Amino acid sequence: MATWDPWREIDELRREIDRAFEDFGFQMEPRFRAAFLPGRLARGYPLVNVHEDRDHLYVEAMAPGVDPNSLKLTVVHNSLTISGEKKGPPAEIKAESFHREERAAGKFVRSITLPVEIDDQKVKAEFINGLLLITLPKAEKAKPKQISVQVS
Amino acid sequence: MAEKTVPVPSGPERSGGSGREITRAQERHLRPAVDIYETSDGLVLMADLPGVAKEGLRVDVDGDLLTITGKANHVAPGDPIYREYELANFYRQFELNEEIDREKISAELKHGVLKLNLPKAEKAKPKQIEVKVA
Repeated sequence: MATWDPWREIDELRREIDRAFEDFGFQMEPRFRAAFLPGRLARGYPLVNVHEDRDHLYVEAMAPGVDPNSLKLTVVHNSLTISGEKKGPPAEIKAESFHREERAAGKFVRSITLPVEIDDQKVKAEFINGLLLITLPKAEKAKPKQISVQVS
Repeated sequence: MAEKTVPVPSGPERSGGSGREITRAQERHLRPAVDIYETSDGLVLMADLPGVAKEGLRVDVDGDLLTITGKANHVAPGDPIYREYELANFYRQFELNEEIDREKISAELKHGVLKLNLPKAEKAKPKQIEVKVA
C-alpha cells in the first residue's frame, strides 16, 4: 500500500488536466503553426527574431526546408527583404498517397523594418539547421557612442 | 500510420513507491509539422525541425512506437529585441504498423527537415500477378 502524499496527489491532478487538454492544440501556438505555411500566409513567413549587440543586429528567421539557393536578401537603408521558396514533396506523389500533409510549401517574400540604419556592404547570412541567420552591422552613425564624464 | 496522442510514458508511477521523478509530464514541447506519403517501397515521413542539429535529434523505434525527439537551439547571438517565435524541444510519436521493416528505417536531416524512409517489408509490397492465357 502506498502512503498518502499530498504532493503526489497534486501532481497527479496536474497531469490529468494536462491530458484532458492535450488534443486541443494548446501545445503549439497558432502563430507557430502558421509559420509552416508559406503558401497560405505569405506575408508573415518566415517568422523572425531580432537580436542585437553593440555593433550588430541579428535576424534569425525560421525557414526549415527552404532551399538555400533560392534565398534572396536585399537591404535598403533600414529595410530588409527576404524572399525564397520552400519546395514541397515530389510532384509525382499523388494526393491520395498522403497520410498527412501539414507542411505547406511555396514562394514567399517578407520585408521587415529594422530599428537602425545598416551598413549594407557588410551584411552576412548563414543557413544553419533550417534557421537563417542574417548578421547586419549597424551603420557607423547608428552605433551607440560612449560619452565619458569629466570630473572637474 | 496512426498517431500516438499520449506523449508521456504513464506506467511506472502508478505502481506506488517513490516514482516521482518520471511522473512529471515532459517539459513544454512542440509538435513538428509532418508530411507522410506512401510510395511503392514504403512510407516517407518529412518533419520540419528548425534549429535542431544532428546531435540533438533522436529517432527511436520501440516495438510499434516511433518517437521523434529534437532539441532545438537558437543561433543568433546578442540580446533579443523582437520575438515572433520561440523554439522548444520537438516531440511527436507515431504508431507503426507491422508492414514496416523496422531494420531498414533510415533517417536524413537536411536544412532543418528530417526525412525518414520507412520501407515496407518484402511480403507487404504489392506484387503483380501475371495472368497466363491458356
